[in-house]
Amino acid sequence: MSHPARGPARSVGDPTSEAARSVTGLTTQRWSRYEIVFWLLPVVAFFVFPKYLTLGSQILITGLFALSLDLILGYARILSLGQAAFFGVGAYTAGLMAKYGWTEPLSGLVAAAAVATLVGWITSFLVVRGQDLTRLMVTLGIGLMLYEAANQATSITGGVDGLSGVEMGKLFGVFGFGMDGKTAYVYSLCILFVVFCFLRLVVRSPFGLSLRGIREGERRMPAIGASVPRKLIAVYTMGACVAGIAGALLAQTTQFVGIDTLGFPRSAELMIMLVLGGTGYLYGALIGAALFMIMQDYLSNLNPVYWQFWLGLLLVMIVMFARGGVMGGLITLRQRFGKRLP
Amino acid sequence: MIGNFIGVVFDGVAYGSLLFIISIGLSVTMGLMNFVNLAHGAFAMLGGYACVVAMSRMGVPFLATLPLAFVVSAAVGAVLERLLYRRLYKATHLDQVLFSIGLVFIAIAAATYAFGPQQQPVQLPPFLRGQVHVLGMDLGAYRLFLIAVVIGVTLALTWLIERTRFGAQIRASVDNQQAAAGLGVNVDRVFSLTFALGSGLAGLGGGLGIDVLGLEPTFPLKYMVYFLLVVAVGGAGTITGPLIAALILGVFDVAGKYYVPQVGSFIIYVMMIVMLLLFPRGLVGRRT
Repeated sequence: MSHPARGPARSVGDPTSEAARSVTGLTTQRWSRYEIVFWLLPVVAFFVFPKYLTLGSQILITGLFALSLDLILGYARILSLGQAAFFGVGAYTAGLMAKYGWTEPLSGLVAAAAVATLVGWITSFLVVRGQDLTRLMVTLGIGLMLYEAANQATSITGGVDGLSGVEMGKLFGVFGFGMDGKTAYVYSLCILFVVFCFLRLVVRSPFGLSLRGIREGERRMPAIGASVPRKLIAVYTMGACVAGIAGALLAQTTQFVGIDTLGFPRSAELMIMLVLGGTGYLYGALIGAALFMIMQDYLSNLNPVYWQFWLGLLLVMIVMFARGGVMGGLITLRQRFGKRLP
Repeated sequence: MIGNFIGVVFDGVAYGSLLFIISIGLSVTMGLMNFVNLAHGAFAMLGGYACVVAMSRMGVPFLATLPLAFVVSAAVGAVLERLLYRRLYKATHLDQVLFSIGLVFIAIAAATYAFGPQQQPVQLPPFLRGQVHVLGMDLGAYRLFLIAVVIGVTLALTWLIERTRFGAQIRASVDNQQAAAGLGVNVDRVFSLTFALGSGLAGLGGGLGIDVLGLEPTFPLKYMVYFLLVVAVGGAGTITGPLIAALILGVFDVAGKYYVPQVGSFIIYVMMIVMLLLFPRGLVGRRT
């Protein structure tokens, strides 16, 4: 997972280059024009593709979910195969609240985020111990445990049939979640943008930089006075919170919670999206999620089995030939292109 | 009640033996090459399908298909090691995880395409069916057979690793690759052969396990946790560690499903997390 564009050393060595600054984002909080164009795309899509708004809000929600993994994997290099656990916790919290009478969406979202944060914080102590393999197994185990729990507690969660009977109230008492998917799309986009802005601040803060320090050299961080476990616990909990928000959004906009929200395939697919887009940029998570969802929508309509085959092949190809993902490729291109310009 | 308990333990031991034989290859590749291979179950599935095809389409008797399962999986393992795995030994664990998940997806799709999504049947020979009366208890003949095979394989493996020149090379490479290479051990060749051996054993386990674990395309994903668990809890790079871990896992899983079926696999996952936290390096750690 190394390509020339990453690592603080480069941008420190070349502080005047605007390209280097906005790539690593060490010295600026300003939004570059590329970022502004990027965020205009979903707004344009709302007016251009009114028939695809359901897919659109799925992409936005999945993008938010992918951000949560990028935070812990891309920035802190915590190998997690159990991120769906928090997604599912958020989804079930929001779904159950709505089912039993609390139908106001925003407060439901906050409550779901709080529960996911709590679960994340408790499990983070297990995760930050140990190395890659142990972390992999522990996150996997937490995910499977929650899945199994939801599977067995059919009276609460509906088991494999899923949680139905979720009725959402109107957003601000005005906008209902109707069949056209407009409210769902705009709601998801707003939440995604707000969370993104927050995460963008976080990864550019001293805390975010110390996470990169842990990623690049975990053993050296204590030497400059940084407590590695404490920072990892903080970022893992934060990732759980974002995943919980994403899960709650899915539950609220689709008014249904399936048990697959907790399943291992969701965690694995999430990792695939993230690597497809490129880890450690935030934008990579969003691009990867969009590409993945569009491909899935197209290919799995042809045949679900073939879809799995292409997915596997894609993964092997990314690992073998394109380790930086889309963002890595874009940045390499831009650097080459930029050098030729005066 | 006591007889019942012994029966559960016996089934658990048989189940654990099966997990052990499939996972031992994973333990060696993780210990030797430090490679997190989530696709190990795919080799077991391959062995299983080799058995089924040989039995149902070519009429080979069950016992004769087992060596065949070993050979097929070992050959495919050797080819994949040469072509793909080898390039990723130095890669990060994230890359290895992604790559091997990719292989799992491809294997599932390929198996579904070739054999369909249904469970594959297995025709056991008459003397392996039914019960055997031992010391006043009725024990499943096939499970006795499983345990016997695993004892045989474990003894052979121990002999191979502790007594032969090749075994010494494996141990040297696990302990310190560079020093072993400096002393003239062809580490690359040791890697290839051990990978093939591990894949072959997984294939053998897959063939043996059709009757117990079942065989369908999602096999590698369904049991992935169990194989990883055996290695992570037991400690990579040893034989005794995974053996103990596999037996504990087998007994607890069977006992849990028998006595408290309503919690299902929950017990195993809790146990796994507890064990991993208590023994982060595995029960028997070779690396210090």
